[in-house]
Amino acid sequence: MTETLLYLIQQLINGLTIGSTYALIAIGYTMVYGIIGMINFAHGEIYMIGSYVTFIVIAGLVSMGMVSLPIILVVALIVAVVIASTYGWTVERVAYRPLRGSNRLIPLISAIGMSIFLQNYVVLAQGSRDVALPPQISGGWTFGDPAVFEVSFSYMQALIWIATFVTMVALTLFISRSRMGRACRACSEDLGMTNLLGIDTNRTIALTFIIGAALAAVAGLLLGLYYGVVNPFVGFIAGLKAFTAAVLGGIGSIPGAVLGGLILGVTEALTSAYFPSEYKDVVSFSLLVLILLFRPSGLLGKPEVEKV
Amino acid sequence: MQNNKFMSALFAAGITFVLACLMIGVKLDTESTTLAVRGATAEQWTWIGLGITLVFLSQLFSNQIDAFFGKLPKPKVGSLLPTGDKMTTLKPWLLAALIVGMVIWPFMVSRGAVDLATLTLIYIMLGLGLNIVVGLAGLLDLGFVAFYAVGAYTYALLSMYFGLSFWVCLPLAAAFAALFGFVLGFPVLRLRGDYLAIVTLGFGEIIRILLNNWTAVTGGPNGISGIAKPTLFGLEFTRRAKGEDAQTFHDFFGISYSSSYKVIFLYLIAVLLVIFVIYLINRLMRMPIGRAWEALREDEIACRSLGLNRTAIKLSAFTIGASTAGFAGSFFAARQGFISPESFIFIESAIILAIVVLGGMGSQVGVILAAIIMTILPELAREFSEYRMLMFGLLMVIMMRWRPEGLVPMKRPHLELKQ
Amino acid sequence: MSQLLLDVNGLTMRFGGLVAVNKVNLKVKNRQIVSIIGPNGAGKTTVFNCLSGFYIPSEGSVMFNGKEVAGLKDFQISRQGLVRTFQHVRLFSKMTVIENMLVAQHRHLNTNLMAGLLKTSSYRRLEQEAMDRAAHWLEEVDLLEFANREAGNLAYGQQRRLEIARCMVTQPELLLLDEPAAGLNPNETKELDELIVRLRDEHEISVLLIEHDMGLVMGISDHIYVIAQGTPLADGTAEDIKNNPDVIKAYLGEE
Repeated sequence: MTETLLYLIQQLINGLTIGSTYALIAIGYTMVYGIIGMINFAHGEIYMIGSYVTFIVIAGLVSMGMVSLPIILVVALIVAVVIASTYGWTVERVAYRPLRGSNRLIPLISAIGMSIFLQNYVVLAQGSRDVALPPQISGGWTFGDPAVFEVSFSYMQALIWIATFVTMVALTLFISRSRMGRACRACSEDLGMTNLLGIDTNRTIALTFIIGAALAAVAGLLLGLYYGVVNPFVGFIAGLKAFTAAVLGGIGSIPGAVLGGLILGVTEALTSAYFPSEYKDVVSFSLLVLILLFRPSGLLGKPEVEKV
Repeated sequence: MQNNKFMSALFAAGITFVLACLMIGVKLDTESTTLAVRGATAEQWTWIGLGITLVFLSQLFSNQIDAFFGKLPKPKVGSLLPTGDKMTTLKPWLLAALIVGMVIWPFMVSRGAVDLATLTLIYIMLGLGLNIVVGLAGLLDLGFVAFYAVGAYTYALLSMYFGLSFWVCLPLAAAFAALFGFVLGFPVLRLRGDYLAIVTLGFGEIIRILLNNWTAVTGGPNGISGIAKPTLFGLEFTRRAKGEDAQTFHDFFGISYSSSYKVIFLYLIAVLLVIFVIYLINRLMRMPIGRAWEALREDEIACRSLGLNRTAIKLSAFTIGASTAGFAGSFFAARQGFISPESFIFIESAIILAIVVLGGMGSQVGVILAAIIMTILPELAREFSEYRMLMFGLLMVIMMRWRPEGLVPMKRPHLELKQ
Repeated sequence: MSQLLLDVNGLTMRFGGLVAVNKVNLKVKNRQIVSIIGPNGAGKTTVFNCLSGFYIPSEGSVMFNGKEVAGLKDFQISRQGLVRTFQHVRLFSKMTVIENMLVAQHRHLNTNLMAGLLKTSSYRRLEQEAMDRAAHWLEEVDLLEFANREAGNLAYGQQRRLEIARCMVTQPELLLLDEPAAGLNPNETKELDELIVRLRDEHEISVLLIEHDMGLVMGISDHIYVIAQGTPLADGTAEDIKNNPDVIKAYLGEE
């Protein structure tokens, strides 16, 4: 195989890795938007908090003398998911629920305020500098001709792929099979009607926020381990990217969010492979604008019929 | 019932404990090469404890607290002003007195105060500009700072490369920012409101990244320095004239040089620009376009059925808002003499939005008041400066929950049919 | 000599697999009142949405004044002189009555920014003309005394009349009224009846009407179309329709 081709394969692997974490975050946006039609601007900060909690748990367990990596990771995952979900739930309870039913701009502004608040809360609590964690999972597979170009697929990347896949399957099963999942789907069809049918919509909405936050925490754990650094500002840009992914795939659609995340990840990897990497954000935002122009309902979204 | 209340208060306190513990309770610390966690100091734990107690008590007695606040009269800043006929006769006099006061005032106070006032005026200009977009037309623009940047860089670059003066560049900067607004707005204004928010946010980031990376023209992260100051009909405010036939202000009037002339001059320009923007908005609100904005905010479908082109109407608000940001930007560049992409980050957009929200969407008096509060308060409370953004965020949430109409709710001038 | 104003042929609207409107034909001549009736959910409002450009019809042609308007944007169609009202009143409720009337005339005003800022004479003249036109129409619908009242504070029947006046001030040739009598008391319905007839006879426009109030429909319509389940069922004069067995069956069900 030629060098160009191998290089391209490497970029695709990297792109799909990042893309799957975008997908995890994007699901949170898409589910919340599907139910209450609002962009949860603070969602990116939840992801960032998930990363921080992961770092704290890992550093804490290591300093306590824990050596078994699987146990460390499982504990980190559980704690990160629990804490992030609590944040997600609290944000909804404090900043969005009291505003339900008011003009669209109002919860949106509240969400922006929440995002700014959480970001600066972490700045105050943890400092604004990068925090670095030594790599926990190293090594991987390589293939290709070492003389030409060696493609590497690290264990960490494999973990991200697997974790994303498992999470998606679990979520899909939950949404399609469980009672709560059915309530979620009913709410996104017609909130008012579902309420009349005696389903506690407030609880369902809260659950949506909790699920979204839990997925963001999984993404926070994976990306935190993958990059090995975190700072209070990573949530903002990751949130923007994930939102782009959600819109790209069709907001409100979970498979759409996954597809959008993967496409966005690959696009970014390819952009930074062939152009200065600073421009990757420019490319993804331009992609967002183009999608909104030519297919506002996204790739897998249902076109909206306006009620007159 | 009382028991129920107690449980929910306990629950809230528990949640607060969980939230605080892992963020404030432990802190990540890099020790040489390894990452360690450090517990919080006793003092921090005391604060956490206090916070939890506060949440517990406020939840336990939430009914009583709500009742108490319900009884408090809402501050009605608007009603402090006289109303009706008295207002119409008084208004011109009040305005005249205000303008005279604003012109005389800088000669009596320190240079620093005047400088701060100039900064406030810039934020007033930005707030009023964004208010056209958010308050009057109901479009959430989160990338307003991009147009501010376009205005600033337009003046800086035109002055650096072509030696154009501030007064020539001022309208050019506004026109350029308007052009950017038009080009961005044209495709995206057909979208629903929340998409617009995210696209404008992305646009703001794109502009900043481009400014940061287009080093050959914009100087990249180093920015542009030595931007020429405005002149008064060609008179410079420097100690010595720079150009061949240039003359300085103090030579022309035969007075001794003082650096505060320049500061006051800049302040006066800002006053002039703000007055212009206020006039502009006041006219707009009474013009057909202002009515169309209002109508569009109330019922878009009805507007379309009556033959109103919603894209064109929204675009006009977006473009006019952008051009005022362009004004503010070019003035900002002239005042600072130095600009870099650092001045045009998302937080700036958020601050301007916070000004509009705090003041009251659509209300000019409110926005002016909020801009004053938002710029002066951080100056007064410098020791709390690290809490500034935290407070901004919190303020936005609180305002939306308890007073979404802002400090001074909007009062639209109603057109009357004379019979 | 009456001319064909609106000529709809084979109008079809599909939402995914659902056919909401199926090959509907409509003809409205100058100075005619034409009604569309049919059971609830028959697709009458969807027809209106197609005619007024809120939906783009899947198939069929809509000729208005000899020009194809299907596929044009809603505001473009309204500017051609085809203006509609809504099943639920859609007023700008926080604006005054007179402001509602002025918004409707937006495109007749001088919207040049500079003209407005400087209050040029052409700007003032057009603004005055718009005011006069608004006052004239408010007088027609008997709302002049409420001109400076907030539209949201009017009684329901007045809001209905204001909505019609707001359409009329745009100087349309064809007015589409979507259930204008819904929620009105008998007295108000009678006034509405007279107003619609006056629009045809004095102001020489045509009206296309969706209505459930059979008294109103039978009394004023020059021609009636019946739609059931999106499909045309019958058309003719009031007498024809009253005696048409298919129509009776559709309304009352099989015996």
